[in-house]
Amino acid sequence: MPRRLLRDGRIVDDDWSYLVEARGAATAPLILTWAQWEGERDIWLARGGRLGVVLLPGHNVESLASDLGRLSLIGAEFPGPSEGRGYSQARVLREQWNFRGELRATGYVRRDQVFFMARCGFNSFELPDAELAGAQAALSTFSRAYQASNDSGLALKLQSCSPDTPASAAGAGPLSGRR
Amino acid sequence: MHSGNWRQTGRRTYLIDMYRYDAVDKTLVNERVAQFRDQTRRFLAGELGEDEFRGLRLRNGLYIQRHAPMLRVAVPYGLLSSVQLRALSSIARRYDRGYGHFTTRQNIQFNWPKLEQVPDILAELADVEMHAIQTSGNCIRNTTTDHLAGVAPDELEDPRPWCELIRQWSTFHPEFTYLPRKFKIAVTGAPQDRAASQVHDVGVHLVRNLNGELGFEILAGGGLGRTPIIGQVVREYLPREHLLSYLEAILRVYNLEGRRDNLTKARIKILVRSLGIDEFRRRVEAEWELIRADGPRVTDAEIARLRGFFNPPAYRDLADTEPAAGKNTAFRAWYRYNTTAHKVPGYRAVYISLKPPDAPPGDITDNQMELVADLADRLSFGEIRVTHTQNLLLADVEQERTFELWQELQRAGLATPNIGTLTDMICCPGLDFCSLANAGSIDVAKLINERFDDYDYLYDLGELEVKMSGCMNACGHHHVGHIGILGVDKGGQEWYQITIGGAAGADASLGEVIGPSVAKAEVAETIARLLEVYVERRRSDERFLDTVRRLGVKPFKERVYAAPAAA
Repeated sequence: MPRRLLRDGRIVDDDWSYLVEARGAATAPLILTWAQWEGERDIWLARGGRLGVVLLPGHNVESLASDLGRLSLIGAEFPGPSEGRGYSQARVLREQWNFRGELRATGYVRRDQVFFMARCGFNSFELPDAELAGAQAALSTFSRAYQASNDSGLALKLQSCSPDTPASAAGAGPLSGRR
Repeated sequence: MHSGNWRQTGRRTYLIDMYRYDAVDKTLVNERVAQFRDQTRRFLAGELGEDEFRGLRLRNGLYIQRHAPMLRVAVPYGLLSSVQLRALSSIARRYDRGYGHFTTRQNIQFNWPKLEQVPDILAELADVEMHAIQTSGNCIRNTTTDHLAGVAPDELEDPRPWCELIRQWSTFHPEFTYLPRKFKIAVTGAPQDRAASQVHDVGVHLVRNLNGELGFEILAGGGLGRTPIIGQVVREYLPREHLLSYLEAILRVYNLEGRRDNLTKARIKILVRSLGIDEFRRRVEAEWELIRADGPRVTDAEIARLRGFFNPPAYRDLADTEPAAGKNTAFRAWYRYNTTAHKVPGYRAVYISLKPPDAPPGDITDNQMELVADLADRLSFGEIRVTHTQNLLLADVEQERTFELWQELQRAGLATPNIGTLTDMICCPGLDFCSLANAGSIDVAKLINERFDDYDYLYDLGELEVKMSGCMNACGHHHVGHIGILGVDKGGQEWYQITIGGAAGADASLGEVIGPSVAKAEVAETIARLLEVYVERRRSDERFLDTVRRLGVKPFKERVYAAPAAA
């Protein structure tokens, strides 16, 4: 059974696998832990096929800077309910490094977080199966937002990053033109 | 020239000069109620564990306390309309035991709600444009400010539009909802700091540069708690359009680099201290350089729009008078201590003391709330403010009507003439309510009130700030009390550590411990001895604080520990 996850607002089969799961063809999309990636970066890059790497909360996004163009997926790990660094990592990746690939939240991810995660630029979420439907609904927990969209000039700058998330429907920020 | 907001209350319509929700605000608050209702349902149904629910309920101001849940309701920058105060009164009456408690962060707490009723309470709050969003938890908390905003004679600029801007920006900010620890911002627009901004995670001071342009001085890293630290200047002058992008830069550095491995070292003050202010500033500025161009920018049009909500009310054209002249002694004392100067001739700002001798500091009953709401409608443009010293304020009272106001307040036990004196204590709920506390606060406040019941003596002592916390978390701001009292647990007994020389104003400083902690029964005697030394050694009209600063702790310490307290 492939993993089910929430991606771009839909519940889908995951077409990626982690190295330990070792399924699919030799060049199937593969997600590496930071340790796996860091030690053998050149080997993985030479492999062909799409690659993803999971950042840990303490990692500086800048450490991936030179390889961003070769990564199709970046994951951010949330070890527990109080972890919050991934939200900043996501915004930095989207806004400062212009990362356009899949940005995936992994670890402790529940319906109560996904709205904020999506606003920061995550577009896929690994959740327990029982949480998937709830999380899908939770993407539209709030229909408006104070932190406005790109076109109001107020920059969470998330609209273009995650067009299928509710963030694109939000953004009537009060800081400009909300009269 | 009024673009204020008319509001119907009962038969009459009042002009309320405060921010009014628009469709976006309303929608968000209602959606939050729905979200929390579902979270509570999932918790009660066993779908969410205690640990998982904790963070969610805290972000809605809901603690599970010693006796019952405690719900903290946000009062953005301390501003309430009479309609809102009546709603709080009604909630206190129907969901609680008939009272509420105002806090040092200008919010109100209810100590006895039932968990399953909290979503209903939130729905009622939403009806009057209130909520409990981010009043607790590791997120950006209620933004606080000077309770005399807009009326203080020394004010450079009204901070409230900027507070509202920060309120909106910080509400459900997606990046900063899971911070290492709580984050408190205070804004002031006057040289005299009445918002304790230097002991906040970020202090925002409205200033003008040499060209006369309005901007901000930004402080960071202040805080009380286990490790009290005075905030340091990160930036001396920030052009006003960059306020939010600069705050985002500070918050991002903190979110990514603040410690998450140890709760007691997770506040931004620890990060600032460990990096040093220069390195912290370098990192913030570097981050800001990356985001300032595309970051949130405060347009003049937007700030003008927000200012429009805080226009001065329709003052009458009056001259200053001497309302106390010829009146009785009790009124004269009250007028002197419980009212303060107003920038408009003929008006006074009036404190409503929530520090009577016989009730916990900051507490107010449902009936008192209703009365204050009525008085605000009649005498102060329908507006009430909460001070960070846990009192209320009617900001715009005609001097000639203060006698009438006093009579009504006095009948309701709301005219204790002690603002700024020893018995105007700041006090946390302590062991009686709070599950964190090591020792009682409320009963110590009572003992102090019993000991110091001679108003002539209190008035002779002059300005004196006594602040008391029931534990290290310092909700009662004891570090910055002229006299600070900290409850500690000694082998299961309640003891109290005394500090002197702290201050929260523009001349903020941290108090110094005078020596070993004292037993509960000795706290009042200890204070009496400190005050003896002061009275003997003060110079002319020197305040207690200044005498301590001049003499140091030694003479005070010697007196306190010279001989056992008389029984």
